[in-house]
Amino acid sequence: MKFDVQDCRLVSKKQLTPTIFSFMLEAPELAEITLPGQFAHILVPGKTLRRPISVCDVENGCIRIVFEIRGEGTRILAELEEGSTVNMIAPLGKGFEIPEGKKVIFIGGGIGVPPMLYSAKKAGSSCAVINGFRDKSAVILTEDFRKIGCRFVETTDNGSYGVHGFVTGPLEEMIEEYDMICACGPTPMLKNIAAAAKNHGKECFVSLEQRMACGVGACLGCAVGIRRDDGSVTYKHVCKDGPVFRAEEVAW
Amino acid sequence: MSDLSVKIAGVEFDNPIIAASGTIGFGHEYGELYPLSVFGGISCKGTTLKERPGNPPPRIAETPMGMLNAVGLQNPGVEHFINVELPYLRKQGTVVIANAAGSTQEDYCRIAERLSDSDVDMIELNISCPNVKEGGAQFGTSPESVEKITAAVRPFCKKPLIIKLSPNVADIAEVARAAESAGADAVSLINTLTGMRIDIESRRPIIKNVTGGMSGPAVFPVAVRMVWQVKKAVKIPVIGLGGISNWQDAVEMMIAGADAIQIGTILFTDPYAPVKIKEGLLGYLETHGYSSVTELTGTVEV
Repeated sequence: MKFDVQDCRLVSKKQLTPTIFSFMLEAPELAEITLPGQFAHILVPGKTLRRPISVCDVENGCIRIVFEIRGEGTRILAELEEGSTVNMIAPLGKGFEIPEGKKVIFIGGGIGVPPMLYSAKKAGSSCAVINGFRDKSAVILTEDFRKIGCRFVETTDNGSYGVHGFVTGPLEEMIEEYDMICACGPTPMLKNIAAAAKNHGKECFVSLEQRMACGVGACLGCAVGIRRDDGSVTYKHVCKDGPVFRAEEVAW
Repeated sequence: MSDLSVKIAGVEFDNPIIAASGTIGFGHEYGELYPLSVFGGISCKGTTLKERPGNPPPRIAETPMGMLNAVGLQNPGVEHFINVELPYLRKQGTVVIANAAGSTQEDYCRIAERLSDSDVDMIELNISCPNVKEGGAQFGTSPESVEKITAAVRPFCKKPLIIKLSPNVADIAEVARAAESAGADAVSLINTLTGMRIDIESRRPIIKNVTGGMSGPAVFPVAVRMVWQVKKAVKIPVIGLGGISNWQDAVEMMIAGADAIQIGTILFTDPYAPVKIKEGLLGYLETHGYSSVTELTGTVEV
């Protein structure tokens, strides 16, 4: 089994900020085969299209997802109560592949922070994590990341919490000590991280988002522009080829 | 037990449920979940003579009980289809329908000729894709253009030929009659309805292509009406599609006049939909004492 469609129990639900929610979804068989950076495709009651949400963590036979209310679909999800059933297709996509012995910096921006948790936990205390947020009210998962025991920096754009400024500040300070960068967040942030990685000759992988339909690679809806070696642009797909891509191949 | 098998243009289908083109690719992904033989047939991703990259993203937008897509016929080209995808599909125990598209009449003739030399069971001519700048829907929007392209392709097509009709026309029955008179062996309908969504903050269309093809449960009543009109107008088999989401919809579409049905968008909502629809359809036939699913077709009493 590579993935499956299952009804899962919403074991616990926590509100992390006024608009961000954490769900623990019981799915032992799916949790067992889930890799860092993969995603779950969540059915929203009454909606035609599922919502792709990155796996935040895997714990006690549960897949944890952390999502932000962005529109009607995610609002309906956020209103589900503990004990209700959530239908999901998981695990999907290609996640972060981290070669043994590589020292990695994981960088999350805003709602791009959650997928870095499982990835950083797997990498352990030798990795570094830089999480960036708009302001103090948007900060999430601090305690979860702290528990990893790795080098850990949080930034806010306005300086209301942690280091003042963007994630690229701390990144420039520590990049030479590490081998590769894995990042998820807003496109401008990812572009800047990719540029920094290139300047320093470091490998960089980014997790991308796109409006998605099937989630499994059949419909070709969630296209992302990829630069070929000859400079021409082709399209790969976030759901099956990604969501993680080599930063160098992305046609931003 | 009631018989689910149907015969369309001489081709035997184990059941009347066909995967709609563009929603199942070449089968690999859903083949991870269940044997593809659950489908009576698979209409493959729209294929062109040469590889096409498709449209820039975003290609997808949600709509009330449906969606828009503007994938733009991204496909690896007919040679790749025949050499790489077809051998896999042939092993799945289901009817393989190639969906052929092009930019010019010449393209359609060449691809029909090439596919006629292959192992596909049928060819579905896609003259109704609303998402490509050249070709596609322009061949499918009037009875005259449908008659012309069908007549042009017919001599090159040695396989049973299905013409896939666009709903974006004034009189769907006239269009279906034109396809029939020019030599089509069957028609399938409806392709997507052209739609548009706009982001009210940026005031830009959500889909980069500006417009996209609308599908999903919201279009089902339009599809039922058009299938009913077409069934009355032609003698060739009618394959009904558009928003079918459960077995009740499948039954309704057949009662409206469909000899077989296609399901598409519901696969995204519920990948196991074909399994459930097949079971439900069989249950309906048994409960109502039909010995064959073919007895349902066109039984609507108006």
